[in-house]
Amino acid sequence: MFTSENVSLNGAPVEGEVHIPSGCAVSAIIDRSGKRMTGEKIIRSIATMHDRSNGLGGGFAGYGIYPHYKDYYAFHLFFNDFSCKKETEDFLLSHFEIVYSSEMKTRKVKGITNEPLIYRYFLYPLSKRLANSLIDEEQYVVKCVNTINAKINGAYVFSSGKDMGIFKGVGFPEDVGRFYLLDEEYEGYMWTAHGRYPTNTPGWWGGAHPFGLLNYSVVHNGEISSYDANRRYIEMFGYKCTLQTDTEVITYIIDYLLRVKHLTLEEVAKVISASFWSTIDEKSEEDKAQETYLRKVFPSLLINGPFSIIFGFDNGLMALNDRLKLRSMVCAEKGDLAFVSSEECGIRVIEQELDKIYAPAGGQPVIYTLNGKTLGEGGIR
Amino acid sequence: MNDFYIPAEYEVVRTAELCIGCRVCERQCANEVHKFDKDLGKMIADSNKCVNCHRCVSLCPTHALKIVKSDDTYKLNGNWSMQTMNEVYRQANSGGVLLSSMGNPTDAPIYFNKILVNASQVTNPPIDPLREPMETVVYLGKKDVEIQRDEKGKLIDNLPPQLKLTTPIMFSAMSYGSISYNAHESLARAAEELGIYYNTGEGGLHQDFYKYGKNTIVQVASGRFGVHEQYLKTAAAIEIKMGQGAKPGIGGHLPGMKISDDVSKTRMIPKGVDAISPAPHHDIYSIEDLRQLIFSLKEATEYKKPVIVKVAAVHNVAAIASGIARSGADIIAIDGYRGGTGAAPTRIRDNVGIPIELALAQVDERLRQEGIRDSVSIVVGGSIHSSSDVVKAIALGADACYIASAALMALGCHLCRSCHTGKCNWGIATQRPDLVKRLNPDIGNKRLVNLVTAWTHEIQEMMGGMGINSIEALRGNRLMLRGVGLNETELKILGIHHAGESM
Repeated sequence: MFTSENVSLNGAPVEGEVHIPSGCAVSAIIDRSGKRMTGEKIIRSIATMHDRSNGLGGGFAGYGIYPHYKDYYAFHLFFNDFSCKKETEDFLLSHFEIVYSSEMKTRKVKGITNEPLIYRYFLYPLSKRLANSLIDEEQYVVKCVNTINAKINGAYVFSSGKDMGIFKGVGFPEDVGRFYLLDEEYEGYMWTAHGRYPTNTPGWWGGAHPFGLLNYSVVHNGEISSYDANRRYIEMFGYKCTLQTDTEVITYIIDYLLRVKHLTLEEVAKVISASFWSTIDEKSEEDKAQETYLRKVFPSLLINGPFSIIFGFDNGLMALNDRLKLRSMVCAEKGDLAFVSSEECGIRVIEQELDKIYAPAGGQPVIYTLNGKTLGEGGIR
Repeated sequence: MNDFYIPAEYEVVRTAELCIGCRVCERQCANEVHKFDKDLGKMIADSNKCVNCHRCVSLCPTHALKIVKSDDTYKLNGNWSMQTMNEVYRQANSGGVLLSSMGNPTDAPIYFNKILVNASQVTNPPIDPLREPMETVVYLGKKDVEIQRDEKGKLIDNLPPQLKLTTPIMFSAMSYGSISYNAHESLARAAEELGIYYNTGEGGLHQDFYKYGKNTIVQVASGRFGVHEQYLKTAAAIEIKMGQGAKPGIGGHLPGMKISDDVSKTRMIPKGVDAISPAPHHDIYSIEDLRQLIFSLKEATEYKKPVIVKVAAVHNVAAIASGIARSGADIIAIDGYRGGTGAAPTRIRDNVGIPIELALAQVDERLRQEGIRDSVSIVVGGSIHSSSDVVKAIALGADACYIASAALMALGCHLCRSCHTGKCNWGIATQRPDLVKRLNPDIGNKRLVNLVTAWTHEIQEMMGGMGINSIEALRGNRLMLRGVGLNETELKILGIHHAGESM
């Protein structure tokens, strides 16, 4: 496992050893017409909220950025050294066909230091290995990712989706964005960003956000008070919360509800940010029945305490606040563009004139998708 | 040989200047401790008969009475306590098993008192229960269903029957017979008013109380007292009693003198004869037999009622719970070794079973390891002393708590631990009409409602402090707990960190 041991100061606990809360900034832009843009705008957006991060982590997820390799899983990896890189590549070669691989292009940026080796691989599962595994392709890929992360000391897969990629590191997010040349090298129809303000970590590259699982990515601002209730529940279903961050457990919860239980995005929102019973009582008979059912079946997946999350998937995103709206989050629209940001300034800095701007209520999901598309089309479902 | 004289453990002390000779104490004491001595012209007391129930102290209008621990002592001995010696004398005289009531009174560790609760500071705001909703509603029952949709894509409610509680507290099993008609009426009415449940225990359900069926859990125990079709159908849920924390491994005891006409009719047993339930259910010698009884009861009630299986907390409770979870039970109730009773052999009460905190932690963890925590809800009892115990139990993994001793205290019980004598001066653990009428169900009901309401407020305060506004986000949330003064093994079993260790 890639660990933060090398940056641990005076024996402070390293990532994965303790539950790490953090404050944060989040931001997202989607062009619903599918037109692609560089990461320049999202960098400006998150940079405006500089004071919401403390330089201990920043990252981005771009969707639609690998059109030439869109049928292949794009693995982004951190390596501590060349020996674990060799070990990882041996593992990859025995499980996948590697179509293309290279060192990730980066530029030197003041404020980004101690970077690990960063590589990218486009690959697909070896058909015979996959067939023999008796699990479906997505499970196979997830399992391989988990094996690398858990078993190969010094290696960490931090992005594993198709036609999307996560870019993250230790530093302020705007520096991380420029470090990866997101403003020049990549164009995508959707970008999400995260600036981290951890209160309990030495800062570790793998621990920065977004957190990804195949094509899903999550950026999150908050500190959930239900963490251990959620973690102990979701771990019943084969997930292992190794990083012990809120974002990790939230990602697994969403993945479980969408991919395993086949709930819709709106239903997922009603589970993790459930309406109060008193609110449910005031709804129509039909809504009352549906929401009561979801709360009765999934009580342990209610996420309590402050959070604002942006969940990215193929074709779109869902923004969601906790039920009391204890974290700020603003949404806006301008033509085909839609925005989500922790603060309004993160939107105004890229688009002064907006068609619409509003703060969604606690527990009210905001879903923006490519025109005419929904979750799942060509996605991982 | 006659019994040795055993000095009274407690002495009745009367302040002569305060006593006005009203003789209330005399009338109130079913143990006949007090009497007016004509020759001396004053009230006297026989401390040997006193059980220290404090009825006389409470009712003395001039506060002339107090009960003190006697300072009479045998030669002090660190190895043989006076109580242990007295028990030897009693048994040498009677040749019988020692009987006791209520929970284990020894000073064995109370783990709840060594667990501390978290609160939010800075990074996560506490929530104010006076100004924000604070949800304590709990649904008990199986949750492990496949999602199904109708042709319009709407979710189909395919959940097995659930018990809805407005707060995660229920009144635990106490049979009619062990406690009085008025005590049962108080519990039933309070459960209805609170939106929770009370439990009939193994003594059947008095015909007058069928109207509280929606808030009643009926018990089916090894003696099958009072079990018939209407009994099962009237209830909100059915509990199979496999064991009780106060007396694991044996059946219920009801002394014959407590079996009145009404009790005899309700239990469907003869009047005045000891009712001793068999140690096992004679149709359950194995886990597969239990499954058959669970489904027999479900068949009898058309799968409309959740079935609870209650077990005593014993060494292997985690594996037992796992078996029960796979046997069709909807809810598992676990009763800790400090749980109360109306009558139990002293040696069993004080030496058999394990603390509820450890049993709960192990059961919850095992069910999660096996991925079947969703198959059952967990209810725990066996000395839940306060709202903070409820909070801690839920954070350890319980869905709800059973309370009984605390409920009886709300009705006046002073834990004199003499229920088995049937002479309860508070009108609770007795069937003597003159004593039973001392417990006014209007007042009893009110006091029970007060108690549970007060605890619920306190639970809400503690939840809010943790930044939690729904009880389900507390369930199994062990990071909210820290141990203090516990060794590594205890912490490991409880699945919590020591105080001072961070998140």
